[in-house]
Amino acid sequence: MTNKVGAVMVVGGGISGVQAALDMADSGFKVYLVEKKASIGGTMAQLDKTFPTNDCSMCIMAPKLVAAGRHQNIELITNAEVEMIQGVPGDFMVTLKKNTLRVDEEKCTGCGECAIKCPIETSDEYNEGMKKRKAIYVMYPQAVPLVFCIDKNKCIGCGICHEECKAKAIVYDKKSEALEIPVGAVILCPGFEEFDARLKKEYGYGSYKNVVTSIEFERILSATGPFFGMVLRPSDGEVPKKVAFIQCVGSRDEKVGNTYCSSVCCMYAIKEAIIAGEHTEGLKPYIFFMDIRAVGKEFEDYRERAEKEYGITMYRGARVASVEEDPLTKNLTLRYSYEGESRSEDFDMVVLSVGLKPPEDADKLAKRLGIKLNKHGFCDTSIYDPLSTSRPGIFVSGAFAAPKDIPTSVAEASGVASKAGAIIAPARNTLVVKQSFPEEIAVEGQEPRIGVFVCHCGINIGGTVKVPKVVEYAKTLPSVVYAEENLYTCSSDAQERIKEKIKENNLNRVVVASCTPRTHEPLFQNTIKEAGLNTFLFEMANIRDQCSWIHMHEPEKATEKAKDLVRMAVAKSRLLEPLKTSRLEVNHAAVVIGGGLAGMTAALDIADQGFSVHLVEKTGHLGGYLAKLPLVEGGMKPKDHMDHLIKRIRESKNITVHLNNEVKDVTGFIGNFKVKLKDVELDAGTIIAATGGLEYKPTEYLYGQDPRVMTQLELEDKLAHKTFHGKNVVMIQCVGSRNEQVKYCSRICCAHAIKNAIEIKKQSPTTNVYVLHKDIRTYGFREDLYREAGQLGVNFLRFPEGTMPKLEKKGDNLEIVVPDVMLREDVLLKPDALVLSTGVRPNPDNVEIAKLMKVCGSKDGYFLEAHMKLRPVDFATEGIFLAGLAHWPKFIDEVIAQASGAAARAMTIISKDQLETEGIIAAVNDDVCNGCGICDPVCEYKAIVIVQDPSNPDKRKAVINEGLCKGCGACVAACPSGAMEQKGFKNDQMYAIIDAAFTGGK
Amino acid sequence: MSDFEPKVIVFLCNWCSYAGADLAGVSRYQYPTNIRTVRVMCSTRVSPHIVLELLKDGADGVIVTGCHPGDCHYINGNYYTEKRMDLAQRLLKMTGMEPERLKLDWVSASEGEKFSHLIQEFVTKLKEIGPNPVSKDKKLVTRLEAAVDASKYFRLKVLTGKDINLTSKGNVYGETLKLESLDEIMAKATEDEYRNSLILQLTNHKAYSVKELATEIGEPTDKTLEHVVSLRAKNMLALDHIEGTTPKYKAITIGGA
Repeated sequence: MTNKVGAVMVVGGGISGVQAALDMADSGFKVYLVEKKASIGGTMAQLDKTFPTNDCSMCIMAPKLVAAGRHQNIELITNAEVEMIQGVPGDFMVTLKKNTLRVDEEKCTGCGECAIKCPIETSDEYNEGMKKRKAIYVMYPQAVPLVFCIDKNKCIGCGICHEECKAKAIVYDKKSEALEIPVGAVILCPGFEEFDARLKKEYGYGSYKNVVTSIEFERILSATGPFFGMVLRPSDGEVPKKVAFIQCVGSRDEKVGNTYCSSVCCMYAIKEAIIAGEHTEGLKPYIFFMDIRAVGKEFEDYRERAEKEYGITMYRGARVASVEEDPLTKNLTLRYSYEGESRSEDFDMVVLSVGLKPPEDADKLAKRLGIKLNKHGFCDTSIYDPLSTSRPGIFVSGAFAAPKDIPTSVAEASGVASKAGAIIAPARNTLVVKQSFPEEIAVEGQEPRIGVFVCHCGINIGGTVKVPKVVEYAKTLPSVVYAEENLYTCSSDAQERIKEKIKENNLNRVVVASCTPRTHEPLFQNTIKEAGLNTFLFEMANIRDQCSWIHMHEPEKATEKAKDLVRMAVAKSRLLEPLKTSRLEVNHAAVVIGGGLAGMTAALDIADQGFSVHLVEKTGHLGGYLAKLPLVEGGMKPKDHMDHLIKRIRESKNITVHLNNEVKDVTGFIGNFKVKLKDVELDAGTIIAATGGLEYKPTEYLYGQDPRVMTQLELEDKLAHKTFHGKNVVMIQCVGSRNEQVKYCSRICCAHAIKNAIEIKKQSPTTNVYVLHKDIRTYGFREDLYREAGQLGVNFLRFPEGTMPKLEKKGDNLEIVVPDVMLREDVLLKPDALVLSTGVRPNPDNVEIAKLMKVCGSKDGYFLEAHMKLRPVDFATEGIFLAGLAHWPKFIDEVIAQASGAAARAMTIISKDQLETEGIIAAVNDDVCNGCGICDPVCEYKAIVIVQDPSNPDKRKAVINEGLCKGCGACVAACPSGAMEQKGFKNDQMYAIIDAAFTGGK
Repeated sequence: MSDFEPKVIVFLCNWCSYAGADLAGVSRYQYPTNIRTVRVMCSTRVSPHIVLELLKDGADGVIVTGCHPGDCHYINGNYYTEKRMDLAQRLLKMTGMEPERLKLDWVSASEGEKFSHLIQEFVTKLKEIGPNPVSKDKKLVTRLEAAVDASKYFRLKVLTGKDINLTSKGNVYGETLKLESLDEIMAKATEDEYRNSLILQLTNHKAYSVKELATEIGEPTDKTLEHVVSLRAKNMLALDHIEGTTPKYKAITIGGA
């Protein structure tokens, strides 16, 4: 027995909290997901699109929200805040205050009738006050949980909602309550707040109508926003022609007290500018910025496209002094300095790219929980332990620790799941729900006996569609032996009725005509499973969202349509077959490829939870690039951290290190890989690729020919050994990055150069240091380094995009000529040390390793993750993960967080004894398949192999790997011989539903 | 014509468009009752022959919706959807049916209003062009049958299925084809397969001469002869009899009559 509690509390239901909750719950732990607001989703739910792929934010996020809402090991506690945490890691007691919604969460069906009837309108926070909501409301249409709540501050207590609510869910005097919950670890993801733009008085936000914040603009761009996705001026509803984006509002600004860079504003501004231009013809965006910090994966391409393809004008290095409104036209005049001169220009609309700041109550939260904040008011963490707060057992992920973008937040969220899991691993599977179901009733060969349940949904359906008529009609359909109507088919008493009716009538198929299967299908499937039916013997007709609600003024036609939809569902239902999901045994070991920081961190995280790990390293020693970083950073030498990790790995009984070895072949699939090394074959349930990156060795600037020319790593080595004696140092940024051959930004060179520059100044204050750059990209708290360097007298010289400083050797002297943007003339420098900030290059081995693992590479030669935003450490091929510089250049803390993230994702697999395959997958009819192989390339999941038919040497055929197939159906439509079928969407089922759509009235 | 109520089938992908259609409901964006929706996991599941058959069987219009390019839940499914619907559209044009009856569009989970507009506009358009003419035009049915057959042909399946390999990942030589050149090949293949299918449909019940076939399929006689030659080589068409100097051909039905 363990004294650890096998549960975790995740505080904050934004994307980071949701991901952490899902990863913990999938690894055998009970999760309490606590959210301050009434629904989860956080800031991401407000966004229109996400950079750099312009994905629809809600489209990619909603499935995760629904998954969290429905996960049997996740309990959502909304409208609640943490009061106190007592106890020790592994055994905490958390006190929560759950504020009342004044609505019974169990009973509310989310139908929204109450809000339609509520007489009180107030401004809608979700739309940043630009739209109205009612006093009883749900935050946004796709909200999870879909439960309405009463805003007591606005409610006048008229009682209408109570009268309208057929589910009797309104409880005006419902009290707030205190809850005490035992957990083993706590994960904090309270996110961030936007900077209050009113504090920048010179920009006139709050008094000038046409000055909006970036988050308001995000809502303006959204199809669900105030203007349905059109960009309009709030002052007069006109389409603006010229829109200015002002960057760094509340960031990098000592006057307002925020000296850090908010990391995300450059990219979101570019995104908003692109989308605005796309949405609205003739709109011309302009961006005013100091440095454009496009440091993430493929961000630089995005920036370039914004300028070249979308015609967005960028004022680099421009600082906007003020915005003035013309009181008549409400147009805005910007005064700014650009390339050393003062200018002014008129715009129709101004967007302020507001920075990120800590949550408003961060101080209080920190005091209550006993955690430290850093000097910027964010949660204090260290470079080498980026996911831990100052209090053991309490972890942090997402923007609460520092401003960051979505993929970093998501990778961190998985990372904290690994850290929290390490504490409570002994109590795994002790608190999770194991639902038991009766043995499945065999229905093969039986005539279909269908039961149809038609929902009134209060008056949401019944108010338009004549439900009794639909029920009567359903009874006339072939194979239907029972039909009834329910006030709410989703209520818990209705579930009992459905089970009873299945028994009474020997039903072997069930059709529910109600709302949308996206949210309710799993509930009903679970119900019929409890009655002994295979879950795939269920079909749904959506007569609310796609019928009654959109035909509210045509009750007759809506009723006819509802009948048609029921007939279509019944027609398909008749042909439904029980689908077997098979269970595959899982090997509990992991293989980690690469023994650098990422590989070592991931290996240790997995070993810490009791699983065995094979760590494969190509060279004769562990450590990777850490060995080349001897200067103190974050209070410690990276090299010391490396030694510490190596020592822990040596001591771990769970880790086997394979030095001087490499992967020769990979076969198998998720849960059951075989990884062949030079000398041995390993069995593993999962693989992590952490193959690292390389320092670019320059060919330019006389590198290797003149001893005074060196790279930043070489300089760092000299500085650490106190053997650097340069008196006039010139550093050139972007050597081998952001040029014609290598377009991307290597992310780490700016901060690395500045770290070295500061060290030079500390060792010898009289040494002159010049940093020649296009932008300085010290995002986040690294901005502090930039300031410090400036204060120490490091000179920064900006040269234009598309140029590079020129080096000439005059006699024995080095002469650098650089076009200075500010002075608008060439500057001559005569360095005695020339330091090249060389970029990062992908590991050339990636190409071969990607082939072996059947995963993809990105256009720049790094590994390509399954989804840039929400699956940052997963490969599209299930069971294989990535971390570290193999993914993209990054700093030590980012590598560690991401490696922990990959470890957590890997452990969601190997913590299970068995994996259940999907039910809806492809199947091959062997008699018809001739092995042509056309299905193979269209399968994104590499789930199809073409093999020799063992029974017939002349014949080839396609075989589906059920562990890999996701059931999209791409192969089915591709198959020329009709041999491929998609279970649950078979040809005859598709035809049945289509034919039924036409036979109405016949 | 004013009381004509078109019957429309709309395919919705599970992850984006179905959610978009739901959002239209949640937001109460009203639209006409003419549509019947069919949910699929991914729009890629919708084979060209399914939509062509629907039109052949009398549907007044068909809409296929999926996630926006790049948003596909299954990574790239909608890419193939686009290719497949291109094929269906091409074939449709050859049959002479109004191409407006088939529409492919992308609807995201947040585009409830767009979905509503899409339906309104589509239904309005169908009311303008009137009911599906198949019930009055037997020849059109034959041509649509030919289109359905053609869409199932191996050759066209290969070209649509391997598209991504050929144009972006690289073919067996490691070369990538230009989209336009593949497009040209595709257009030619589609036309050939359609004409072949149409000849087979026509000659299924009755023997035709090259001249008669030429009138039916709208091709010059020399081109028609080429089709006949290639179909005979594939053992799908046989000489039935000769009338005077005119040979007449009939399709070979499997199992034989």
